[in-house]
Amino acid sequence: MQSQRVWLLGFWASPFVQRVKWALKLKGVEYEYIEEDLFDKSSLLLKLNPVQKLVPVLVHNRKPISESILILEYIDEVWKQNPLLPHDPYERAQARFWAKFAEEKVRESTWDALCSRGEEREKAVKSSIEALEKFEEELKLKGTKFFGGETIGFVDLVAGFISYQLPVFEEVGSMKILDSSKFPATFDWIYNFLNHPVIKDDLPAKDLMFDYYAKRSKEISDEKDSCRNA
Amino acid sequence: MAKEDVLLLDFWVSPFCSRVKIALAEKGVAYQQRGEDIFGGKSELLLKSNPIYQKVPVLLHDGKPMCESTNIVHYIDETWPSPPLLPASAYDRARARFWADFIDKKLFDAGGNIWKTKGEDQAAAKKELIQILKYLEGGLGDKDYFGGDSFGFVDIIAIPLTTWFFAYEKFGNFNVEEECPKFAAWTKRCLGRESVAKTLPDPQQVLEFVSMMRKMHGIE
Repeated sequence: MQSQRVWLLGFWASPFVQRVKWALKLKGVEYEYIEEDLFDKSSLLLKLNPVQKLVPVLVHNRKPISESILILEYIDEVWKQNPLLPHDPYERAQARFWAKFAEEKVRESTWDALCSRGEEREKAVKSSIEALEKFEEELKLKGTKFFGGETIGFVDLVAGFISYQLPVFEEVGSMKILDSSKFPATFDWIYNFLNHPVIKDDLPAKDLMFDYYAKRSKEISDEKDSCRNA
Repeated sequence: MAKEDVLLLDFWVSPFCSRVKIALAEKGVAYQQRGEDIFGGKSELLLKSNPIYQKVPVLLHDGKPMCESTNIVHYIDETWPSPPLLPASAYDRARARFWADFIDKKLFDAGGNIWKTKGEDQAAAKKELIQILKYLEGGLGDKDYFGGDSFGFVDIIAIPLTTWFFAYEKFGNFNVEEECPKFAAWTKRCLGRESVAKTLPDPQQVLEFVSMMRKMHGIE
């Protein structure tokens, strides 16, 4: 680990890791990537992130940083080019608010929807749509190409999973969450996001994601059912 | 700065509102505060300022609203830079944000599980709370405060939650000081600070509030 200053421990399918990869690419930061097997965690990962034991972990000058949104803040502070967060403290507060919203209200609901069945799934789909409606409203209000304005920023990277991962979840779960007639601003944003030069060449393969999430969502749903029936 | 420029929408027992009050006190920022009637009926201003969550605290600075307590403390630190709440180096700031995030995700809910449950569920909740406090003791190390020698960001995020510990101890039948002496020592150290002592509600009053909540939830 001595020859490289920046390392990223990741997992190919993880939307959390993806955020960090995009941020590093936007900033033009060179790094070494280490793929982790999340089902057989390495001693390196357990040493670098003993509390959460999760990826991504960014290692910079031998010091580890974990939690994707916090890693993005760190990257933004260390490498000043192409800022991710706005300069003004009020705008920064808004960006942090919407990033947290995208993560906790949108992504978590869509994941819950994928990994549940029956009534529980219906409820999670409903929550996802409600959260996305708020996201849509905010995008409409802003009226800009990206959440960050005319350039990609903090919230775009955190919410980026909507553009490429949510359609896979919908397909795997045969769910309809993002209706283009009801979310025109979101669909415009998705188009702009996916066509950004940094984003479009750095996405996990759709067919691999489909297989992985089909398997994973079944495992989690089965586990939930067996806990319930135990 | 005129008092009217900074307004806090508040609820007296909320540890999240206390975080904001402590941060403003540390910075010497004058502000107005307006108590919200959480159970009786939230004000128009609150519903308009925080339409998504409809929760306190909300900080309005020159009429511009901000929500989510950790976010607000960040804003306060960036807007009034002296004295700094976050450390100077990017890495130390990342560590501070990590602990703040950990506390936000785990501590209040774990405590809630203690007063909301009984029997086996309560025993499991107690175990979880103590594990969280032990992790925090690890983060504190031998330092006086989470940031080192000075009271700062993580201390502000954590200390208000300790006003609810008396209630957890009463309903859960355990003692935080016995289980986590280092954490208890840090708590006492923070309570010796004027901004903290003047802001935090009396744990006995918090206990009465939690007792009322238990009755409302039908837990006896």
